[in-house]
Amino acid sequence: MNFKEIYFDNSASTKPSDTVSLEVYKTLSSNFANPSSMHTKGYESAKIVAQSRKKIADVLKCESNEIYFTSGGTESNNIAILGSVYAKKHKGNKIVTSSCEHFSVLKTCKELESKGFEVVYLKPDKNGKIHEEQIFNAVDSNTIFVSIMAANNETGVCFPVEKIKNIIKQKSSDAIFHIDAVQSFCKIETKISKLKCDLLTVSAHKMHGPQGIGALFCSNKIKIHPLIFGGDQERKIRPGTESVSLISGFAKAVEESKNFDKNFLKVSELFKMCKNSFKNFQNVKINGSSDFFPYILNISFLGIKSEILLNFLSLRNIFVSSASACSKNKKSHVLKAMGLPSDRISSSIRISFSKNNTKEEVLYFLKVIDNALEALKNKNTSI
Amino acid sequence: MKKVILIKVGEIFLKGLNRPAFEKSLINNIRKKLKKGEFELKNSESTICLFPQKDNIDFDYVLEKIKKVFGISVLCQAFVAQKNIKDISDVLINFFKDDLSNSKSFKIASKRSDKNFEFTSCQISQILGSIVLENYKNLRVDLCNPELIVNIEVRKNYAFLYSKTISGSKGMPVGTSSKSTALISGGIDSPVAIWMMAKRGSSINAVHFASPPYTNKRSEDKVVRLVEKLSQYCGNIKLFIVGFTKIQEEICRKCRKELHTIINRRMMMKISENIAKTENSKSLVTGESLAQVASQTIDSIICTNAAVNTLVLRPLIGMDKDEIINIAKKIETFDISIEPFQDCCTVFTPKHPNTRPDLNKVLLDENNIDSTQLISDTLSKNIEIKEIK
Repeated sequence: MNFKEIYFDNSASTKPSDTVSLEVYKTLSSNFANPSSMHTKGYESAKIVAQSRKKIADVLKCESNEIYFTSGGTESNNIAILGSVYAKKHKGNKIVTSSCEHFSVLKTCKELESKGFEVVYLKPDKNGKIHEEQIFNAVDSNTIFVSIMAANNETGVCFPVEKIKNIIKQKSSDAIFHIDAVQSFCKIETKISKLKCDLLTVSAHKMHGPQGIGALFCSNKIKIHPLIFGGDQERKIRPGTESVSLISGFAKAVEESKNFDKNFLKVSELFKMCKNSFKNFQNVKINGSSDFFPYILNISFLGIKSEILLNFLSLRNIFVSSASACSKNKKSHVLKAMGLPSDRISSSIRISFSKNNTKEEVLYFLKVIDNALEALKNKNTSI
Repeated sequence: MKKVILIKVGEIFLKGLNRPAFEKSLINNIRKKLKKGEFELKNSESTICLFPQKDNIDFDYVLEKIKKVFGISVLCQAFVAQKNIKDISDVLINFFKDDLSNSKSFKIASKRSDKNFEFTSCQISQILGSIVLENYKNLRVDLCNPELIVNIEVRKNYAFLYSKTISGSKGMPVGTSSKSTALISGGIDSPVAIWMMAKRGSSINAVHFASPPYTNKRSEDKVVRLVEKLSQYCGNIKLFIVGFTKIQEEICRKCRKELHTIINRRMMMKISENIAKTENSKSLVTGESLAQVASQTIDSIICTNAAVNTLVLRPLIGMDKDEIINIAKKIETFDISIEPFQDCCTVFTPKHPNTRPDLNKVLLDENNIDSTQLISDTLSKNIEIKEIK
């Protein structure tokens, strides 16, 4: 069977459904008025923003006014971390996170470190897991902020986020707790009531919404410092004219992914198919045990540099990602933190599925991988 | 009142009987940077004068573009005055207001090529100097270290006045030396080598070797952007993108590991030589710098050099990396060059390349592949040509 393209890079970005694209287009062309304008047309725009906010709040099971629209995951993470650490700096000096967070968390923490904060980076085990005990041992009364992601974007390993709030309480710390849920939102259950977090980051384009829009859930119980200044939009936490069209597209995508259980089962099958068949391959290693999150599969084809396999697949319109995004010594910080050997890191690729993928695609992909391994083996490429 | 652009030619000025040909070439290259009908170009006395034919021309923008043309030593915006001392002083007092009122000391530097003008250069400076002193009480004359110099040139038809000059790119006009065919990898060095050849008047063809799937479209795109940047200096560049995968794989299969890089490079040279011949280009250019890497030792260069009969020019041979980087930054190729995409030089690099390869052994090993056939296959099937303007 031939395919126009096979897209297995859904953790990087997903295809918006036609209804989402249409929603963005329709809103952009009709509801262009500024939501802050006093006239009726402005009010129409404001209403769209409010309704969208409510749809997202409903899914997260929180209040509408706890949702702040941002430009995406990176901005939400920055506001969450810097905003709350600055607001709480008189209470303590310590931040706890993991060494396999997204760079928008890690580099923000590094910035705080350079300003004198103490940051503890929890190291994952060789399977990519972070354990409750590690968090328990790290958090103390001086801790003001804890940021842990729900599902890792490179390995798909889920971290025990629903346990963290309790740990913080047990250690009599009043640290603010942030979850980066960019990968897992609308793929597995993401309810604030259950996660008991104070802040949670989501992004539209990872769940079939448009790029350039995301949100930060920020509990009414906590206070954060604004980082940018301007108008009164998003309760002064994120000033700037709202992108009405992207917001409505985001809400549409959220609405469409309400049946995440069904999608989860479908993707689980693809994941198992892939994983099981790789068991028969020689020199193939699965990185991280992402058994609870089937959307991401990280594999190393030992002896084949990831970029080369990626290019090989790309020339055949199959799109995956190399966890080590760049060739020059930019090896995956996640796999490195897991302590994997360097040949395994530089030969790793990430396959990330979506509800749109099919079994046929996986079968075809496996066939092409077979060809790739044959064509690329024994090439004296430097790793 | 008119403002013009004055362009002083560089080294061409030293040429004898060939000078008109060099000047013609320079004028052509300048003309290519201008929009049609924007300026009239006049050339006299080692100076090219651009008279605007339209209003609202952004002079700074035009200067920025012309600055990159090789063969220019200095350029500036100048005000035009009629050839009498009254008009010259009016222009000076009125159009240099900002400069004159914001400086503490000044000097008038006059030159006249029209020796029939009623005053000598010295007298012009004296007369205008005293007029300035009368009008601007903040100023004093300082002939040694003035804050402001106003240049006055009395020429055949007009007098020109200017204060700020911009340094040109020097060198010789592109096209006055014969065409070179340059190997470009995407790294820091080869674009600089190309720039340096163009600086000495060579027009440029560029050859890039791509190895999909070992390299991807982005590394190709990076080279295109480098060549686009270079074309601001070098004029139009014909870029040949050669699909090199098959040759590399064949070398990988059949040749000794430690010689892979050398044999790869020899193949690249041979292909480039073939392209050069069909393009009437008489020399090859590489970005090699002595001893920078294993393939750039004297022994290695001897081996690559022996692959071709064409003259190979290596303008960077005696330069340190930081000297090369400084030029790359100046010509704005550096930031593109350091983008981290795989290029085909790095993909098949052996862990321990031979730094002192012996030509005879290399030739012997090279016999393991059918280089003639591989090269002719590549030339006939695997070349894409892009005209970069």
